[in-house]
Amino acid sequence: MSVQTQAPAQAEAAPALVARNLSRWYEVKGGFLGKPRTVKALSEASFTLHAGETLAVVGESGCGKSTLARLVAMIEPPTGGTFEIGGVKAQGEALKRLRTDVQIVFQDPYGSLNPRQRIGSILEEPLLINRPDMPKAERERRARETLALTGLRPEHYDRYPHMFSGGQRQRIAVARALMLDPKVLVLDEPVSALDLSVQSQILNLLIDLQERLNLAYLFISHDLSVVKHMADKVAVMYLGRPVEIGTRDAVFAAPRHPYTRALLSATPKADPRQKRNRIRLEGELPSPLNVPPGCPFAPRCWKAQPICRQERPELSGAPTLAACHFPEA
Amino acid sequence: MALLEIRDLSVEFATAGGTFRAVDGVDVSVDQGELLAIVGESGSGKSVSMLAMMGLLPWTATITAEVMRFDGHDLLGMSARQRRRIIGRDMAMIFQEPMSSLNPCFTAGFQIKEALRLHTDLDRRARHARAVELFEMVGIPDPEARLRAFPHQLSGGMSQRVMIAMALACDPKLLIADEPTTALDVTIQAQILELLTTLQQEQGMALILITHDMGVVAETAERVQVQYAGQKVEEQPAIPLFSTPRHPYTAALLAALPERATERRLPTIPGIVPGQFDRPPGCLFAPRCRFADDRCRSTPPKPASPELGLARCHYPLTHAAEAEA
Repeated sequence: MSVQTQAPAQAEAAPALVARNLSRWYEVKGGFLGKPRTVKALSEASFTLHAGETLAVVGESGCGKSTLARLVAMIEPPTGGTFEIGGVKAQGEALKRLRTDVQIVFQDPYGSLNPRQRIGSILEEPLLINRPDMPKAERERRARETLALTGLRPEHYDRYPHMFSGGQRQRIAVARALMLDPKVLVLDEPVSALDLSVQSQILNLLIDLQERLNLAYLFISHDLSVVKHMADKVAVMYLGRPVEIGTRDAVFAAPRHPYTRALLSATPKADPRQKRNRIRLEGELPSPLNVPPGCPFAPRCWKAQPICRQERPELSGAPTLAACHFPEA
Repeated sequence: MALLEIRDLSVEFATAGGTFRAVDGVDVSVDQGELLAIVGESGSGKSVSMLAMMGLLPWTATITAEVMRFDGHDLLGMSARQRRRIIGRDMAMIFQEPMSSLNPCFTAGFQIKEALRLHTDLDRRARHARAVELFEMVGIPDPEARLRAFPHQLSGGMSQRVMIAMALACDPKLLIADEPTTALDVTIQAQILELLTTLQQEQGMALILITHDMGVVAETAERVQVQYAGQKVEEQPAIPLFSTPRHPYTAALLAALPERATERRLPTIPGIVPGQFDRPPGCLFAPRCRFADDRCRSTPPKPASPELGLARCHYPLTHAAEAEA
């Protein structure tokens, strides 16, 4: 299934990323004499992402958004479902080649850079490993080019990560992700560790790069105001499952799933005069170890009926796909 | 008289590279039952100033202030022992990381009853009854069972509720909440903020909310003070702060919010917050300010009039709408 969006320029070309029923289940030990149990971190995520587009994945902790990022970045294999990068199925032999097409930027720029490596060698390492035939001079030329592209200065090439601020480090992490000319960039909470005044610089950089390099972004975030600014499409996840997928405008203007509505209403708005009309969600996210039968959101939902507790709703409807028995019109 | 009055508070840390001034001449004043938000980015000194008042800073910190008065007590001349009689009873604080603020070796019940044991003369049974009552007040379901739970058995939102219950144990006159919801999910954040504001209104308790999130400020605060690089740069009631910011830093910060964006490219603030070794001689914001001139770069500005939000700026912003009116 895919989402209706305005056709991108190269509609004929294969989409940058297609996921079909992606699932990742983990087995955990049940403790002494306990039966092993299954954590369904991610179940049946399907979406299509075209070059030059941004798909934002939003949800609370434990909803499976980071698991999705790790699957797409091929850090770990899915336990169910498949995905394609640029029309090539990500499995077996193709994996090694496809890994250069998908790169990831992590949340914490303090933890993701090796403090003992100079920026130059941080940037050249992907080339050293994946393009072993490339001469040293060419590697350096590329690294310096990418430095300039991400708004860093040439003299930064010889410096160490501790000499940089959080925002600059995130630029370095983005630069490293760009070294292998990827088609898809997975951004796992790229600005949530940054201060507000720096956050806007990084968001602008990401917008610039996307326009220039026609990148596809899988943008993982919990901050809905950032998502609203960046995304073309939005997937809302709850307890390992997408509960609503649609274009940004449709999801923000007329959310159909009650959880999306609650999430939007819970996000604080920076306008003290606006009347608050907040949907109060009772309780907390259930443990992914025992996902309730039926609709996973039913125990916290104010609209839940008996059918919600027995039968899991499928993603369906328009203008957005929502997994709900009683979606908003 | 204000419940809490701090004037010209400075905190310096002795570091290997010389002294570092984390808080630079900050004034804070809070009335009984009032909600004040202190907002700023990392390094703005918003947490350090409150920790200094609570006496929770390490020995490397030097604290100087003209006035530091809480509820009739002079905090400056007080010994640590005297101060501890007030802290936890009349003045309490909750922190950003609820998971690491609780001691993992003791049950939630033991930790909340400890505060009662130290500050009240309730007996064992009365302490238990009070703990159950507090857990109910902060919306913890099944309080008897949760009192026996260890911190690792509680979720983040639940731990923060335990922290709030613990802070409220002795009916404090002032609660300081240091980024109370930053580590929590938005739906849980909404619950905790609502709980804090309800308690503040019902108990007549003053609340200082330290945060970096402009959305949280807009939804809760009555009065807001903005800090930058250890200084208070502006103070206004919440509504005019968001509509007519006076300091260029506040204005730039608000403009950088994605939800206020009018174009695809967000307005940015160039550069970064000054650190220990590059503090400018004049206005601390001058290197990043688009209005800065030579006077800003050489002379530190004094706070402007209250009508101009006490903006620490040579040229506080006046807005077009006012000029027309």
